[in-house]
Amino acid sequence: MSGTGYQGKKCIPHLTSERLLIKGGRVVNDDQSCYADVYVEDGLIKQVGENLIVPGGVKVIEACGRMVIPGGIDVNTCFQKSYLGVSPVDDFYQGTKAALAGGTTMILDHVTPQPGDSLLEAFEKWQEAADRKSCCDYSLHVDIPQWHEGVKEELELLVQEKGINSFQVYMAYKDLFQMTDTELYEAFLFLKDVGAVVMVHAENGDLIAQEQSKILGMGITGPEGHPLSRPEELESEAVFRAITLGNRVNCPVYITKVMSKSAADTVAQARKKGCVVFGEPITASLATDGSHYWSKNWAKAAAYVTSPPLSPDPTTPDHLHTMLACGDLQVVGSAHCAFSTSQKAIGKDNFTLIPEGTNGVEERMGFVWDKAVAMGKMDENQFVAVTSTNAAKIFNLYPRKGRIAVGSDADIVIWEPEKIKTITAKLQFLFQAMDYNIFEGLECRGGPFLVVSQGKVVFEEGKLQVQQGTGRFIHRKPFPDYAYQRIKTRSMMTGRQGVNRGMYDGPVYDVPPTPKYITPAPSAKTSPTTHQPPPIRNLHQSNFSLSGAQADDNVPRRSGHRIVAPPGGRSNITSLG
Amino acid sequence: MSYQGKKNIPKITSDRLLIKGGRVVNDDQSFYADIYMEDGLIKQIGDNLIVPGGVKTIEANGKMVIPGGIDIHTHFQMPYRGTTTVDDFFLGSKAALAGGTTMIVDHVIPDPGSSLVEAFDRWRDWADEKACCDYTLHVDITHWSDSVKQEVETLIKEKGVNSFQVYMAYKDLYQMTNSELYEIFTFLGERGAIVQVHAENGEIIAEEQARMLEMGITGPEGHVLSRPEELEAEAVFRAVTIASQTNCPLYVTKVMSKSAADIISQARKKGNVVFGEPITASLGTDGTHYWSKNWAKAASFVTSPPLSPDPTTPDYLNTLLSSGDLNVTGSAHCTFSVAQKAIGKDDFTQIPEGVNGVEERMSLIWDKAVVTGKMDENMFVAVTSTNAAKILNLYPRKGRIAVGSDSDLVIWDTDGVRTITAKTHNSAAEYNIFEGMELRGAPLVVICQGKIVLEEGNLHATSGSGRFIPCSPYPDFAYKRVKARKQVTKILRAVPRGMYDGPVSDFLPMSRGGGSSARTSPTKQTPIRNLHHSGFSLAGSPTQRGVVCPRVSIHVVVLPPELIFLV
Repeated sequence: MSGTGYQGKKCIPHLTSERLLIKGGRVVNDDQSCYADVYVEDGLIKQVGENLIVPGGVKVIEACGRMVIPGGIDVNTCFQKSYLGVSPVDDFYQGTKAALAGGTTMILDHVTPQPGDSLLEAFEKWQEAADRKSCCDYSLHVDIPQWHEGVKEELELLVQEKGINSFQVYMAYKDLFQMTDTELYEAFLFLKDVGAVVMVHAENGDLIAQEQSKILGMGITGPEGHPLSRPEELESEAVFRAITLGNRVNCPVYITKVMSKSAADTVAQARKKGCVVFGEPITASLATDGSHYWSKNWAKAAAYVTSPPLSPDPTTPDHLHTMLACGDLQVVGSAHCAFSTSQKAIGKDNFTLIPEGTNGVEERMGFVWDKAVAMGKMDENQFVAVTSTNAAKIFNLYPRKGRIAVGSDADIVIWEPEKIKTITAKLQFLFQAMDYNIFEGLECRGGPFLVVSQGKVVFEEGKLQVQQGTGRFIHRKPFPDYAYQRIKTRSMMTGRQGVNRGMYDGPVYDVPPTPKYITPAPSAKTSPTTHQPPPIRNLHQSNFSLSGAQADDNVPRRSGHRIVAPPGGRSNITSLG
Repeated sequence: MSYQGKKNIPKITSDRLLIKGGRVVNDDQSFYADIYMEDGLIKQIGDNLIVPGGVKTIEANGKMVIPGGIDIHTHFQMPYRGTTTVDDFFLGSKAALAGGTTMIVDHVIPDPGSSLVEAFDRWRDWADEKACCDYTLHVDITHWSDSVKQEVETLIKEKGVNSFQVYMAYKDLYQMTNSELYEIFTFLGERGAIVQVHAENGEIIAEEQARMLEMGITGPEGHVLSRPEELEAEAVFRAVTIASQTNCPLYVTKVMSKSAADIISQARKKGNVVFGEPITASLGTDGTHYWSKNWAKAASFVTSPPLSPDPTTPDYLNTLLSSGDLNVTGSAHCTFSVAQKAIGKDDFTQIPEGVNGVEERMSLIWDKAVVTGKMDENMFVAVTSTNAAKILNLYPRKGRIAVGSDSDLVIWDTDGVRTITAKTHNSAAEYNIFEGMELRGAPLVVICQGKIVLEEGNLHATSGSGRFIPCSPYPDFAYKRVKARKQVTKILRAVPRGMYDGPVSDFLPMSRGGGSSARTSPTKQTPIRNLHHSGFSLAGSPTQRGVVCPRVSIHVVVLPPELIFLV
C-alpha cells in the first residue's frame, strides 16, 4: 500500500485504545471481493488477510460471511444551509447521526455563503459548527454565490491552505446565485487552473423565473407549481451548457443532483463523446418521483420540494439506477437538507418560497442496494463504487477513504443484504429531527449490520453510540487524478498555432475609423480585450473625402468604393489557390 | 384560386406557355403531363390539353419539371460598416435564377435601436427596384422592447412578414438574453410567426475570441477556432428548450455542424416543432480551408456559425436532409469582395462574414444527395422548394406544380455537368468557395412568373420584375401541432387543497421585486436577526395585492402539534 504517510499526523488520542478484528467477512471493494479478516488499530486498517497475528485482548467481531464494505461517503449534504434565517432541522449532529445509522461514515457538506459574504468566513463558520457537532469524518464543498475578482483570492487560499478542492456554481436562482455564461467560463477557467472540481447546480434560472411568474399568474400557488415551473428540460438544457463550457475550458464538470432521465442522458452522451463529466443522482431521485407534488396533503407535497425537482415521470428512479449500474452516473449523494413542516409552510401561499430540500442521508445506501443490487442491475462491487469509492476518487480522498486496504481509515460497514425495514418518520425520529420522510412507507431491503467509524463501533444491533464532535475535517488536495489526469494530457495536446502566411498585401476596403452606431459590425467584436485594429488608411485613399458628409451612410453606396481588381493586377496572395 | 386574384401583374399577361412531354415532379409524386401556363399562373396540367393557338411550346423530352427553387436565406445588398455586400438584389436574384431558384427570402437587419418597420420599408425599396424574381423578407429582431413589440405586430398584420430572426450570438450587439428569448418566443408564438434563431453561444465566443487573439492567432483560422461546433450545438439545444417551454415553432438558420444537426433531429424525435436549415456551404464544403495559406481564400470561407473542419460534415448533413430530419435549404448568400474581407486582415473578428451559394444551391444538393442515391427526386423538390413554401405559408402558391400555382418552374437536366468557378459565376465576388467543384444536375430552362428567363444557357433577367410576396401568419406546417398543444396545456390546474392551517416557522422577510419569482434578494441579508420579532407588528393584512409578499408569522413553533398530515 503506497502512501500511508498521509495518515501520521492525524492520530486522534481518544481512539488509540480501539483495536478491532473483524473475522470471517467477505471484504468487498469496488474491484473485487474476497474472504479475509480485517484488523483495525488506531483508527486505521493495519492488516487484511487470513490467519492474522493480532495482539491479545482485541475486540473480535464475527461477520459470519457477511459483506464487509468501505463506509459510505455522502457527497452532498446541507446540514447548515439556512434559508431566510431558518436553519434546517438536521444540523451536523442530527445529520451525521442519521448518516452513520445508514452506513455512511463520511459526509461532504456544502458551505453556502450568501452573495457578498466572504467565502473564507463562511467556510470557517461551517468548519467550526461541524467540528463541534459532527460524529463522523467530514469535508466541505464551498459554493460560490457570485463571481468577481475578489473571490479568486479566497478560492486560491481555500485550495492551497484550507484543503478544499471542490466548489459549486449555480446556473439557477436568478438575481441571487445565478452566474452568466461569461462568469461561468471565467470561473471554470480559474478553478481548472487551481485543480479544483467544478460542481454545477444545473437548471436554467432565466427560464425558471419566467415560468414561475407564469404559473403564479395562472393561480397555481401550491407545491405542484414547483415542478411545473421547473420542467426537466430546463435541467437537461443547463447540463448540456455546463458540459459545453467544461469542454471548452477543458475542465472537469460535476453535475450535482441529477434528477431526471433527460439530464442523466445528457451526461451519458457527453461521456461517450469523451467529456470529463460526473453525475450525481441523489437518494430522492433514485427512490421516489415527483407525482407526490400533486398530493392533496399540502405538508406532504411540500416535503418533496427540492431543486431540480423530482421528475413526475415514475420511471425515472429505475432509469437512473440503470445508469448508475453501467457507470454512466458515478456517485450517489443525498442532498439531505431537512426542513420541518412549519418551516416548509413559509411558502404555504407561494410555492417559490417553500424552503428546498429533502431527506435521504440515512436511506441512501439502503435504496441503492434495494433498487439496484437486489434487482440484479448492479453487483456488490459497483455498489461500493457508487456509494463510496468513486466519491473518494473524485474528491481526492482515495485510498484513504473508499477502500478496505492496509493503511486506509477504519471506516467499515458490515452490510446485511437481507435486512428489511419499512421507512417511516416515526421510526426515524430518533436519528432525524424532521417530521416528514419522503420515503414514508417504502420498504427497503439491505442495511448496515454494524458500522465502524474511525476505528470505533458506532452502530450495532440497531443502536447508535456516537459522540458529538468526534468527526474530523479531512483535507483534500487539488488535482485529483480521477478527474485531472486526462485534463492534463489534453491541455498539453491542444497547443494551437496560427497559420503562417505572408502579409496580406492586397487592397483593403476603407471602413469608418470608429464603427458608427448606425452600422455596427455584425460579428462579435465585443470582448473587452479585442483590439480594434486601427484601420490602415494608406491604400487607395487619396480620393476619399467623405470626412464629414456621412448623412447618407445608411443608404447603400457601393459604386465608388468597390475595388474589383487591385491596381497592378492581382498579387500572389490574393490569387485563387 | 382566390388568393391569386389581386396579384395579376399586367406586364406578364401576354405570356402563354406550354411545356410538353415533361415529367412533373412534386414533393409527393412524379407523373408525365403537359403544363399550360397563362398570366403567370399554371392553368392546366394533364395530357392532350386544349390550349389556344399561337402558344409558345417547350419540348421537355421527358425531362423533369420541378417547382422553382426557394432560397429561404439570402443577404443581398446588406449594409455593413458603410459598405454593402457586392451582390445587390439584381445580381443576387439573377444568380438565383441561373441556378434554378425562382424565389428568394432576404433578411432585413435593422440596426439595434432603430425602427424595424423603417428598415423593412428600406429593404423593400431596394428589392422592388432590382429583384428579378419574386421575393419575401424575414425581419431580424436585433433588440427587444415594447416599441419593437408593436412594430412586430404591425409587420405581421399589415406588412406580410411571418418570420423573425433572433440572435444568440454577437454579444453586446444583437445577442438576446435567455429571458428576452423567452419573451420573444412567447410573443411570436401567440401571433403565429416563425422564430428563426442564429444559434451560437455568444458569451463563450467572446471569451474564446479574446483567448485566440491573446495567443497571437489573428488569421481566418481563428474564426473557426473561437467558434467550435459545440457552441453551436449548445445554443441549438437551448433554443429548442425555450421553444418547447413557450410552445412556439422554432427554425434554426444555418445548420453548419453534425452536432447541431443531431440536436435538431433528437428534438424532432422527442416531438418538438423544430426545423433545421443547412446551407449550400455546409452541404458542399468544409472548414479545412480556413487554414489555407492564401489569406484571401481562407477569408472567403468566413461565415457564422463557421464551416466545420470535419470533412465528413457535408455528407452527414445531406443524409439528414434526405431522411427529413433537416427540412429546408438556404444559401445564406452574403458576398464580400476580397478588399472588404481584408478589413479583418489583422484581426479575424473584423472579417465581414458571409459566403456565396445562391446559384450553386440546387445543383449541389442534386449532386451530393440525389446522384449519390441518398435522396429521391421528390425529396429534392421538398427540401429545395416545397418545405420552404409551407413554412412561409405560401404553399401551394409556391413550391408546387398544380393548377392555380404560380408558374415558377424549372426543367431540370439531371445529367448536365458544370464546373463551378468564380470566372463564370453570376455573383460579383472574386472568390467562389466551391471553386473547381464539378456538379452534376443543372437547370435547363427556368420559368419565373410565367416567363422564360433561362434557356439554352442564356439568362434574360429583368431588374425590378420581382414582386414582394406577403406571408400570412400561422402556417399550418408549423402551427397545426402548436395549436393543438395549446389546447392540451390549458388543462394545467392547481390542486384543490384545504388551506394549510398548521404552524409556520418564523423567518426573515424577503425583499422581492414586482412579483418576479426567483428567490431574489438583491440586497444582502444577514441571517442574524433570527430572534422573535417582538417589535415587529403586522399591520393587519398585507397591503399589496398581487405582489407576492410573504407574511411574517410571529409564532415560532418548536414542536408541531400532533401532525395530522401523514397519509
